[in-house]
Amino acid sequence: MYQEICSKYAPTKDNLIYILHEIQDTHPQHYISEEAVDYIAQYLNIHANHIYGVLTFYTMYSTKPRGKNIIRLCESPPCYIKGSENILRKLHILLGVETGETTKDGEFTLELCACLGVCGNAPVMMINDDVYGDLTEERVEEIITKIRGRK
Amino acid sequence: MSLKRIDLLICCGSGCVSAGSLKIKEKFHEVLDQKGLTSEINIIETGCMGPCDYGPVMVIYPEGIFYKKVTVEDVEEIVTEHFEKGRPVKRLMLQDMDEKTIPAQKDVPFYQKQIKVALENCGYIDPESLDEYIATGGYEALGTVLTTMKPLDVIEIIKNSGLRGRGGGGFPTHIKWKMVHDAVADQKYYICNGDEGDPGAFMDRSLLEGDPHRILEGMMIGAYAMGASRGYLYIRAEYPLAIKRIKMAIAQAHEMGLMGENIFGSDFCFDAEVRTGAGAFVCGEETALIHSIEGNRGNPSPKPPYPAVSGLWGKPTVVNNVETLGNIPTIFRKGAEWFASMGTATSKGTKVFALTGDIRNTGLVEVPMGITLRELIFDVGGGMVGDRNFKAVQLGGPSGGCLTTEHLDVPVDYETLKEKGAMMGSGGVIVMNDQKCMVNVAKFFMDFCVDESCGKCSPCRIGLKQLYEILERITNGEGKEGDIDELIRLGEAVNKLSLCGLGQTAPNPVLSTLRYFRNEYEAHIRDKACANKVCLPLMHFNIHKDKCIGCSLCARKCPVTCISGSREEKYTIHQLDCIKCGNCMEVCPVKAIDKIAGMHPEVVAHKIAEKKALESED
Repeated sequence: MYQEICSKYAPTKDNLIYILHEIQDTHPQHYISEEAVDYIAQYLNIHANHIYGVLTFYTMYSTKPRGKNIIRLCESPPCYIKGSENILRKLHILLGVETGETTKDGEFTLELCACLGVCGNAPVMMINDDVYGDLTEERVEEIITKIRGRK
Repeated sequence: MSLKRIDLLICCGSGCVSAGSLKIKEKFHEVLDQKGLTSEINIIETGCMGPCDYGPVMVIYPEGIFYKKVTVEDVEEIVTEHFEKGRPVKRLMLQDMDEKTIPAQKDVPFYQKQIKVALENCGYIDPESLDEYIATGGYEALGTVLTTMKPLDVIEIIKNSGLRGRGGGGFPTHIKWKMVHDAVADQKYYICNGDEGDPGAFMDRSLLEGDPHRILEGMMIGAYAMGASRGYLYIRAEYPLAIKRIKMAIAQAHEMGLMGENIFGSDFCFDAEVRTGAGAFVCGEETALIHSIEGNRGNPSPKPPYPAVSGLWGKPTVVNNVETLGNIPTIFRKGAEWFASMGTATSKGTKVFALTGDIRNTGLVEVPMGITLRELIFDVGGGMVGDRNFKAVQLGGPSGGCLTTEHLDVPVDYETLKEKGAMMGSGGVIVMNDQKCMVNVAKFFMDFCVDESCGKCSPCRIGLKQLYEILERITNGEGKEGDIDELIRLGEAVNKLSLCGLGQTAPNPVLSTLRYFRNEYEAHIRDKACANKVCLPLMHFNIHKDKCIGCSLCARKCPVTCISGSREEKYTIHQLDCIKCGNCMEVCPVKAIDKIAGMHPEVVAHKIAEKKALESED
């Protein structure tokens, strides 16, 4: 799998961020494993410690296995003003996990993130690539139930 | 494309998409299919129309009728009533304050004071269609520039227009261009900074999503002026739609010969590529952004050397913000004089602002520079939500500062805002009502900056954390005399000593709230009271004995069983155990429970006793 992804990009260091994204996105558990890092290091001819440096600098990458769906709730001031704290509390209850944790069934990982740039519809969260705005506790419940039902 | 009877423009900017506009679009396709109307009605997916609060919104031409808050259930009615019978659906139209219906988009108050330059096509054309961009005059400016102008003439026009960077700094665009133009190098780079991270700003996202070709055209004009043949668009990974649209636009431009070799038959060759971030606010800083493109950690580096001298891979590089680029094609089409005729003496043209917070019309607006905050917030923004009063506005995101009612009549331009302690920043306008606690808001911004500090330089890494801890102490009721002076001293130190713009500006929210709301800080520290009852340790709940009917509902709903009493004696909250969840207040059927500002005397006494005990142990 790593070979297939890496070979799409020229073996130059500036492609590192792209490669990491693609490897993480295609992994069912949305993370970058040690083997992946080793493979990339070899492919780009750079040190693994450089990759870890980059990997841990950017918040979107994870070195730990995560759920099938990544929920990223915006914790920036415009969303906070519009009540994102209540949404977070609701998500804790609905999912039964704390921030940063994955549900037991491996369906969801709950994360907080900086501004998603949809502040006109605050509070906002992203689940994978989809943005959900104007959140209320009821709407959050609907969304989570719907995704759970997709299994 | 054949001409059709009706054009239906559906806003598919991220705001409206998050409110469900894609489902509405699908439903329209489905209903029109069923009714065999597809040959008569054109469905166009546009970029952001601006009024996110009304979303999902749509405009129907030829009349230009504006519908707001449309749902999937409304689609059938729009098709039968409006499209088939020619009777627009009144209940989906906007109503003004006097409940008068406003059918046409051009009459909607939100648009009245706006002048759209960068956002000219946003919400009006299909961003995925190069033809539509060309039909609105797209690539005309590039053609004129490449076939009739010399690079220095191009820079001269930008100089005459007075265009300054829209990303935050407000640095004159022509100076950056001239520096790179004058540099001698085998390769020069042009970078479009689409790493919009300021909480409360979303103009770059909307532009990239809503009018991607405009950004490419702006880039190519700049690249020609400075002699760059390669460009990068660095876009946040949080903006997948913007990335998709810009990639699509690059492919279309290539196919049409508008990008690549010998563009417009000239000697000018240019190619652009998208690079994405991976979640780091600091990458909006130009040196950090360059490191990120190179595949490194996005740590900023000291300037000088400026990117114009040694930028991407050590080559002369210009980094321009998305909105800055969005202005360029129009400046060449309509003339530098036209652009410079708008705005103030030092801030020319228009600026896009993102209105958020407790304001009625949240969304994206473009207004001439020099407009007053009052016009921006009350006329364009429609004033405050509900019957609350305006308290403060945070301009320029976490790097900016807050302004108050006394500043409502100051003109919005780079210099005036700076003088008053705020900044233009990228144009985020976070409006706050009189329910907000400014100490808490400052703490919140500081929390953001602590999270986003890259950690390279100690003033930012350690100083911001210290600032945050002091604020946390104050909002927890543990503030002490001297805290305010310490906040100012530390804030000024971080401002002077930090390496990059993030650290230099991060203390601004604290310093500006201290400047205008010092009394709130003092009340938190001395009186242990949060007047707006936002900081939980500095407020308490109280049951009014004379109103309480002794129903025991509050006691039963209390998660920590800190309420006791009886029907006869009524109920009391044991303040030392209360966690301030507010359940009791919510369930009380007779509204006998109130929030009261200030720490309860019992809690104060307890804290003093605790402290004494600790001291005697020592």
